[in-house]
Amino acid sequence: MCAMASLSDNLNSPSPTSQIQILNINWFQKQPHGNDEVSLTMNITADLQSLFTWNTKQVFVFVAAEYETPKNSLNQVSLWDAIIPTKEHANFWIQTANKYRFVDQGSNLRGKEFNLTLHWHVMPKTGKMFADKIVMSGYRLPEEYR
Amino acid sequence: MALTRQALSLGMIVTSALMIWKALMCITGCESPVVVVLTGSMEPGFKRGDILFLHTSKDPIRTGEIVVFNVEGRDIPIVHRVIEVHERQDTRDVDILTKGDSNDQDDRFLYTYGQHWLSPQHIMGRAIGFLPYVGWVTIIMTEKPLIKYILLSALGLLVITSKD
Repeated sequence: MCAMASLSDNLNSPSPTSQIQILNINWFQKQPHGNDEVSLTMNITADLQSLFTWNTKQVFVFVAAEYETPKNSLNQVSLWDAIIPTKEHANFWIQTANKYRFVDQGSNLRGKEFNLTLHWHVMPKTGKMFADKIVMSGYRLPEEYR
Repeated sequence: MALTRQALSLGMIVTSALMIWKALMCITGCESPVVVVLTGSMEPGFKRGDILFLHTSKDPIRTGEIVVFNVEGRDIPIVHRVIEVHERQDTRDVDILTKGDSNDQDDRFLYTYGQHWLSPQHIMGRAIGFLPYVGWVTIIMTEKPLIKYILLSALGLLVITSKD
């Protein structure tokens, strides 16, 4: 039954869309421990309705910042997440500050270019879980602390 | 009497299925082991008693993945989501931070004292699929072993006394 449920999920070809705007950099500091930290407010819109099938229990959605530094080839920091319980909730718009702290390993964030990725994780009533993401590039942090 | 025989047959089928399943897991090299969800920190996605199918692979750990890890001193594995990844340029070392979906704070308070990150070697596998409720059998058997003995004894008695 588990396999059959997953089989029908495989036949679904979802087409989610999303846009993220950074409305404001609230503050941007080097913390006492020496690591850069930034607080920002985002406008997140997404239409994830096409992900829902009869076998979908919920969709876990999150936004992460992705960037590179001299020390790290990849940094992924989750900024916000939500649980979408039904298809009716899956076409949404939200204005929010980052839910989780955006802290670098070090002091590399001034003027840093970064991507914002919107990920979804489809959790079934039973069977295989699916995950994918949309990558949005072209974001950049201020040159100076504020 | 017919009802008892049906109950017995059902019991035998369930027990045999469980045994075959466990055997298959080990024969296939335990590549996709199974873990029972024991806490509510991933609700409403995973509830206590759900079963998770795990997969171990060499693919790098990335944010959003649901991983199973052990912390020294705790004998139950924890199933939480990765919320931060920092991968080094040269050495391919990775610092990982996890959090339960329904927890407000991240898992640093769970890690060993002084440890701020997980490494790939702490991670036993990634969750790729799940079955609800089925794990309750294991939880009851483990937390109330008396029930296990009663059930097995009852099954044994019914086998001996059945008129087949």
